[in-house]
Amino acid sequence: MSTGTAPNTETKKSGNLLKSNALQQILAFASLIVLILFFTISSDNFLNWTNITGILLSTTVIGIMALGTTFVIMTGGIDLSIGTGMTLCAVMTGVFIVFWDLPIIVGILGGILTGALMGFISGFSVSKLKIPPFIATLAMMMIAKGLALVISDATPIYFSDKPSFSEIALGSIIPGFNLPNGVLIFIIMAIIAGILLTKSIFGRFTTSIGSNEEATRLSGINTDKWKIIIYTVAGVFTGIAGVLMASRLNSAQPALGAGYELEAIAAVVIGGTSLSGGKGTILGTVIGALIMSVLTNGLRIMSIPQEWQTVVVGFVILVAVYIDIIRRGKSS
Amino acid sequence: MSAQLLRMEGISKSFPGVKALSKVRLDLNYGEVLALVGENGAGKSTLMKILSGVYQKDEGEIYLEGNKVEIPNAKAAQEMGISIIHQELNLMPDLTVAQNIFIGREPRTGFNFFLKEKELNEKTAELLEKLNINLNPKETVSDLTVAKQQMVEIVKALSYNAKIIVMDEPTAALTESEIKTLFDLIENLKNKGVGIIYISHRMEELKVISDRITVMRDGQYIDTLYTKDTDMKKVISLMVGRHIQDESRPTTTVSKEAETVLEVKNLSTKNFLENISFTLKKGEILGFAGLMGAGRTEVARAIFGADKIDEGQIFINGKEVKINKPEDAVKHGIAYLSEDRKRYGLMLEMDVNSNILISSLSNYVNWLTFVNDSKGYVTSEEYVKSLKIKTPSIKQLAKNLSGGNQQKIVIAKWLAKNCDILIFDEPTRGIDVGAKTEIYQLLNELAQQGKSIIMISSELPEILRMSHRIIVMCEGRITGELTNEEASQEKIMDYATRTRS
Repeated sequence: MSTGTAPNTETKKSGNLLKSNALQQILAFASLIVLILFFTISSDNFLNWTNITGILLSTTVIGIMALGTTFVIMTGGIDLSIGTGMTLCAVMTGVFIVFWDLPIIVGILGGILTGALMGFISGFSVSKLKIPPFIATLAMMMIAKGLALVISDATPIYFSDKPSFSEIALGSIIPGFNLPNGVLIFIIMAIIAGILLTKSIFGRFTTSIGSNEEATRLSGINTDKWKIIIYTVAGVFTGIAGVLMASRLNSAQPALGAGYELEAIAAVVIGGTSLSGGKGTILGTVIGALIMSVLTNGLRIMSIPQEWQTVVVGFVILVAVYIDIIRRGKSS
Repeated sequence: MSAQLLRMEGISKSFPGVKALSKVRLDLNYGEVLALVGENGAGKSTLMKILSGVYQKDEGEIYLEGNKVEIPNAKAAQEMGISIIHQELNLMPDLTVAQNIFIGREPRTGFNFFLKEKELNEKTAELLEKLNINLNPKETVSDLTVAKQQMVEIVKALSYNAKIIVMDEPTAALTESEIKTLFDLIENLKNKGVGIIYISHRMEELKVISDRITVMRDGQYIDTLYTKDTDMKKVISLMVGRHIQDESRPTTTVSKEAETVLEVKNLSTKNFLENISFTLKKGEILGFAGLMGAGRTEVARAIFGADKIDEGQIFINGKEVKINKPEDAVKHGIAYLSEDRKRYGLMLEMDVNSNILISSLSNYVNWLTFVNDSKGYVTSEEYVKSLKIKTPSIKQLAKNLSGGNQQKIVIAKWLAKNCDILIFDEPTRGIDVGAKTEIYQLLNELAQQGKSIIMISSELPEILRMSHRIIVMCEGRITGELTNEEASQEKIMDYATRTRS
């Protein structure tokens, strides 16, 4: 009952703390540390440079998708197409580089543009055609899945003739420091996303639309236009993820990708971004993505079967969302 | 300042099947508060939506400072200096005060893409200081009280150099002291030459704040009166087009021998309510008065099992009962009718019949749990008739009915469930003057039929008119209990402001 509550300074203060993004982030970060400690103690093979770079490398694709989709989720929307979309971007990169024998850079741009175009169409469907995001991007997910199979003739496209292509993800540009480029790209993308969200007009409108779309519109902001831009930017992130995926596997695997969107969304949610929009941080998403891959990697090292790994990840998502709900309950 | 600030002439607007406005006029001077009154559906908000560019007029002219203008959209209105403060506040709760005020107009750098947050906060602080409003630019809006959020909206409007500010029921959610702050701000704006169109149902307020009152009825302009020469009774009669018989006191009494149906003893909750004790008799209307936040709704929720009771006992018909959840309360015949009918009382997208039967559906199913519609229809039709619910049929969707009729549907729902103790939380909030009288009659009839009613209300005339007995609360405690004969607005206010020293 909003009207009947008496102002009580003490509860108000603690409410503010609980309400803040900081709490969820601290919790997420603490869980990450606990996980790392746990796996370090449980297995000798966990905490070494090879495994760490392995974890980081396995975070990149899902992580970059998660970064992009953080913006979409912050508007109160959702994008289910990023998994199969990422695959379509990888396939298109293959088409440009392998089928048409164009320079690698054209292939990379082609892949990224494919992602942007898909994001644009999703954004257009959501804002102009007023199709609920869940449905619009579900349709886009199936379109991308189908197209990836049609274009590739349902067979993987191998980049074997272009050895430098795999350098994009697996090479190491920093001399004397064995950090895969893919990880470096992830870090750079995270910084870019962080600046976009907190320092730019793009991020301000993203938060504003998620917080109260109608009020934003009535403030004279073209919310339809901005939603299209937000989905398109998220699509760019998907495109980059697709290129990295192709580079890492040295092939575009058209049958891969379904389900990746849910892992990315899970990472975002674990990182404290609210599915109802308005609240969220990039740092949270990065931590969320790391939790997912540390968990998967650690469980594998402990020889826990893959099927059970999935079950554990499912429970982690339940717990993360439940914490979010408690936090929200306290704040309202 | 020779010309008038605003003149709207011969404004008409039709929606498919309805003529919403017919040749309506309105004028506003610089530095004036013009009250715009009328029953719900009189066309006030349609007119204001035309002024703010949300709707387009079919015919008529708008003159702003003597110049004829067209207002094609909300942005154009804003640029012309016309701002609306909506009843439901239009803020972004997750953004700060400064971010809200300057949304879309942030100081920027680097290709107009990056934000200059520091400058934004400084600009806001400057603006707040100029208006003498005590707010922190960096505070997140969701942490502010409703009153302060409203201030943010007003500051936002003024930051567009608003010449005309429309306020739609601005005091609906404010406490007395907050209303005072708002009125001070309005005075301040008047002195700066801003014209204010003030929409409200609260006649007492209009008397204090407005210079002139324009009355609308059924989409038509009725009259404009100077507030200081006008009796509010006259305004009301113009609004409804008939004279309202304002019985200020209940016509019925409760006999001394009437049995006690509900007794609450020493009810306390950990963080708020303190030793709440009272009784409710059969056929009685017990008024709960107090200021906003006094704890009246909390008492109702505790009795209804919606909130946890930490101490105390509840007796129904002399027997102690344990109420841990709303389901228990309903089993004991207690119904709670929230002030927010649309959110807590109704399924707006379902028809009248389904809404009336939803709580008592188990009475209308056969052994296979299929609903026996014809049996249910009979009951629904009965209630539509006996409560005089104005609806074309019981198949009409609840959302298409007026506030008063929606309230009646909620009442019918609980009557169908055989509830004998009805707790009404602000039963006439958002209901127009004519329909209010009907709700009052209905409450009286229910009491006479032996139902017992707790009525929470913030409107003192309503409390005095309806209640046989009045309980006054302040800061989570009962500070006074009055019979209707001893009660007066002054006495109630006295008890309602007895804060802990």
